[in-house]
Amino acid sequence: MTTNYIGKPIKRREDNRFLTGKGKYTDDIKLPGMLHAAFVRSPYAHAQLVSIDIKAAQEAPGVIAVYTGEDECGTYGVPCGWQVDFKNGDTMKEPPHPLLAKGRALHVGENVVVVIAETLQQARDAADLVDVEYEELPAVTNPRLAVKDGAPQVHPDAPNNTVFDWEIGNPKSEVDAAIDGSHHVTKLDFKNQRLAPNAIEPRSYIADYDSNGDRWTLYTSTQNPHLIRLLMCAFVLGIPEHKVRIVSYDVGGGFGSKIYHYTEEALLTWASKQIGRPIKWTSDRTEAFYTDAHGRDYCTTAEMGFDAEGNITALRVHSEANLGAYLSTFSTACPTYLHGTLAQGCYTTPLINIDITAAFTHTNPVDAYRGAGRPEITYILEHLMDTAALEMGIDPAELRFKNFIEPFDGVDQPGYQTQVALQYDSGNYHGTLKRALEMVDYENFRKEQAASRDSGKLLGIGLSTYIEGCGIAPSAVVGSLGARAGLYEVGHVRIQPTGKVSVFTGSHSHGQGHETAYAQFVADRLGISMDDVEIHHGDTDQVAFGMGTYGSRSLAVGGSAIMRSLDKVIEKGAKIAAHKLEAAEADLDFVEGQYKVKGTDKAIAFGDIALTAYVPHDYPEGLEPGLDFSSFYDPANFTYPFGCHIAVVEVDQDTGKVTIKRFIAVDDVGNVINPMIVDGQIHGGVVQGIGQALLEGVSYDEGGQMITGSYMDYAMPRADDVPFIETDRTTTPCPHNPLGVKGAGEAGAIGSTPAIANAVMDAISHIAIRDIQMPLTPERVWRAMQPD
Amino acid sequence: MEIKIKVNGKDYTKEVSPMTTLAQFLREHMSLTGTHIGCDTSSCGACTITMNGDAVKSCTILAVQASGSEITTIEGMSTNGELHPIQAAFKEHHGLQCGFCTPGMVMTAADILKNNPNPSEEEIRHGLEGNFCRCTGYHNIVKSIQHASQNLNA
Repeated sequence: MTTNYIGKPIKRREDNRFLTGKGKYTDDIKLPGMLHAAFVRSPYAHAQLVSIDIKAAQEAPGVIAVYTGEDECGTYGVPCGWQVDFKNGDTMKEPPHPLLAKGRALHVGENVVVVIAETLQQARDAADLVDVEYEELPAVTNPRLAVKDGAPQVHPDAPNNTVFDWEIGNPKSEVDAAIDGSHHVTKLDFKNQRLAPNAIEPRSYIADYDSNGDRWTLYTSTQNPHLIRLLMCAFVLGIPEHKVRIVSYDVGGGFGSKIYHYTEEALLTWASKQIGRPIKWTSDRTEAFYTDAHGRDYCTTAEMGFDAEGNITALRVHSEANLGAYLSTFSTACPTYLHGTLAQGCYTTPLINIDITAAFTHTNPVDAYRGAGRPEITYILEHLMDTAALEMGIDPAELRFKNFIEPFDGVDQPGYQTQVALQYDSGNYHGTLKRALEMVDYENFRKEQAASRDSGKLLGIGLSTYIEGCGIAPSAVVGSLGARAGLYEVGHVRIQPTGKVSVFTGSHSHGQGHETAYAQFVADRLGISMDDVEIHHGDTDQVAFGMGTYGSRSLAVGGSAIMRSLDKVIEKGAKIAAHKLEAAEADLDFVEGQYKVKGTDKAIAFGDIALTAYVPHDYPEGLEPGLDFSSFYDPANFTYPFGCHIAVVEVDQDTGKVTIKRFIAVDDVGNVINPMIVDGQIHGGVVQGIGQALLEGVSYDEGGQMITGSYMDYAMPRADDVPFIETDRTTTPCPHNPLGVKGAGEAGAIGSTPAIANAVMDAISHIAIRDIQMPLTPERVWRAMQPD
Repeated sequence: MEIKIKVNGKDYTKEVSPMTTLAQFLREHMSLTGTHIGCDTSSCGACTITMNGDAVKSCTILAVQASGSEITTIEGMSTNGELHPIQAAFKEHHGLQCGFCTPGMVMTAADILKNNPNPSEEEIRHGLEGNFCRCTGYHNIVKSIQHASQNLNA
C-alpha cells in the first residue's frame, strides 16, 4: 500500500460547503406542500393525564391534524436495542415507550399531543390552545433514591424502579476479603452528574409519504440511518423496510444524542401517511434539553485497596445508574458492557467487582454520550488513583508506573486478559504517561507548585491514564451480551469504467471528516489520486446497509469494510491484468496503481483495468464484467485506544475559581490516517470533558422540574473557559484490523474529566484532601478549602 | 409588512409578517440557509450575520427591524467562488468539524477582526464568547482567527 495520503494532514474536502453556507442540514430542506409539527409536552415530571381537549386546536387556522396518545399512533412505541438481564436471569424491565404519552406522563417534556399545521407558527399557536388537565403525582429523579422502598414508582411493573441489577468481575466475596485485608483503602462516594449532549444543530425530521409509490422518505438528523430504518419499520410501525428511505445528509454534531430512534421520527412518519403530505419538525433548544437523550448520571461508591508498597489489591464499585423514564436505544449497554468491562483500566488489579443497579426515574431518558460508560469508569479509576496517591503520600505518576500492565503489541506478545471479560488488543501505557510527564516538565512543576502556595494562587496538577474500548464490536460477542443488532459495518466500492471510484459507507459523518479521511486510504490502497475518489453516506437508498457512527467505530469497522472491498477489487483486477499482460496472476504485483509483472517492465495501469472490466472485449473467459464489490466487516475484537491526560490548574484561594493553565493530551489511537482530524477530535473531546469537570450538569428540582432547560441555565464551555490543548501521540497499531486503527472520537472526553478534578484536588491538598462533587464550581471549591 | 433590505449586496423588497425574525426571513424568504438556528435565544451564535457591518444574532432581531439595513450572511462572504481570507483560514487550520456553528463563527470572526485587526489570543477568546462550538474545543477556531488576522494584515 502506498502512503501518499495516509498520515498526512490533508485539508477537508467537506469544508467548502460548510464555510460558504451550502451545507445541507435537515432543517434546510423545504419540500412542496410541507406541513409543520409542534408538540404539547408535559410540564410535569409525573402526572396523570386526566383529560385532553383538542377541539380549539383542531379549529385553529391552518391546522390539518391533532393527535393524542388515544389515536392509533399511541399504540406504537420505540424499543430498546440491548437486553441486559437481572443477576438471577430474569429479563430486564422494559415497559413500552409510546410515541405520545398514554394515561400518565413520566418526565418533563414528554410528548403528549402533536399539532400539524400549514405553518410552524400556526402549529405552535394551535398547540397553545390544547387544554390538558394534569394531576401532578410524586416524582423521583435520583437513581439511588429511586430504588429504595417507598420511592414514587415510574412503571407499575418495575418494582423499586429497578430496570435490572448486574455485576461483572470476580466473585464479590473474594473482592470483599481483599478490600478488608488491604493495607490502605481509598473510598469515594460521588455523583457522576447528568449531562446534556447539546449538539448545536437541534434534532430535525421531515417525513414524506408518497402515495404514488407507497413509499416513505424520512430526512433525519441521525448518526445511523439504517438502524433507524430497521427499528422504525420492523419494531415500531410495522411498515415494509424496502419502501422506506432514510436520508441524513449533513448532521450538525451528535456526540451520541443522534444515535437513537426517537419517538418524533416514527410519529411524523406515521402521520405523513395519514395526511398524505410531508411534515417537518425541528426541535427548539429547550425541547432539546428536555428530550435529547442525556448522558452519565450515576451515584457511585468506589473503593480501591492497596498493599503497603502501593500495589492495587482490589477494586469494588457499586453504582446506581439512572436510565430515565424510558429505555432509550442503547441505554442499557452504557452502565454495563460499556462501563464495567473497562474497570481493569491500565492496571494489573487482580480482583475486581463492579455491581450496577439500573433505575427508572421521572427524568428524560439517558443513553450514550461521548464515551458512554467509559468516562464514568475512567473517572472512578483515575480519581481513586490520585486520591490514593495523596492519601498514601506516593507520587501519582509513580503509583501508576507501579501498577501498569507491561507493554504488549498483540502480535509477539498476547493480548491482555482482564478480570472483566475483555481481552485488550495492544497497549503501552508507560509510553503515553512518560511523554505527558516530559511535556508538562513534571519535576519543575512540583517546585513551582510549592512556591505558589505562598501567593494565594494555588497550582495543582492532575493525571489521568485511561483506556477505552472502541470499534464496537464483534457481533457474536455483543449478541451473547444482549445486543439486539449486529455491529459489523458495510463498505461498498464501485469502480467506474473510467477508473474513478465511488465508495458507499454505512458509517455516518457528522463532523468527523469521513469524506476526506476515507478518500485518503482508498486512494492509497488503489495508488490513485484522491481527486478520483468520492465517499457517499447518509442515504439508505444508496448504501446497502450500515450500523452508523458511534463508539469511535467508523475507521476501525467502517474503514475495514471498505478495505475488504478494495481487496476484492484488486484481486479481480489482477485476473484481468494477468489476461491482458499474458502473465500468471501469481507473478503480478499491485503497486503505485499498476499491476506489474515481477522482474519485468511490463505493467498495466489500474484505470485500464477498470475500463476493460466494463468493456470486456478482450477479457478472461468466465469472469464477470464490472468492478463493484460490497463487504460486511465484523471485527475480531474491540480496539483499545489509551493515553495520558495531564491538567495544570490554578485555584484562586479567595474565590475558588479554577483556571486551566495547561492541558496536555498524549493519546495512542493506533495508526493515524489524518493527524489534523485526529487532533481536532481530541481537542473537542477534551473540552467536553472539561465541561463536565467544571461547568455542566442537568439539574432537576425535588418535584422533577428541569431547572437547566436553556443555555441561560446550563453552562457549556465557551472559548474563554479553556486554553489551547497541547497534543502528542504514541502509536501502537491495532493488530486485528487492516488499517491498524483504534478510534479517536471519544478519547478526549474520557481522559480529560478526571485530570481536571485531580488537578483541583491536588491544588488544595495542602489544606485538605477532599473530594469535590462535579461540576467543580467556585462555590464548591471554595467550601472545600474552608476548615471543617 | 413590506421591508426594503439589502442582502449580500443586492436590494430586495419583501412582504413579511411582523413576527418573522431576521433569521427566519433569511432562511425561509431568501433561502439563505447558511444562517443556522441553534437556540433561538441569542445564546449560541449560530445565526450571527452582519447588519450594517456589525455582527448581530439574527434570531433576536425582527425582519421589520432590519428594514433599510445592509445584511451580509455567510453566503456573501466569498466572492466569485474564492473563499474570504477568514473562511480560507478556517479551512487551512481545521477550524470546523460538523459545520453547524461555522457560519456564525466566521461572521463573528469578521467582526472581531474589523474592530481589532491584531487581537491577542485572549481578545479572540473573549470575542467568541457569544458563540458555542461543541466539536472543536475552540482550539482550531482561535488558531484560524489568529492566522486570518495575519493574512488580512499581510
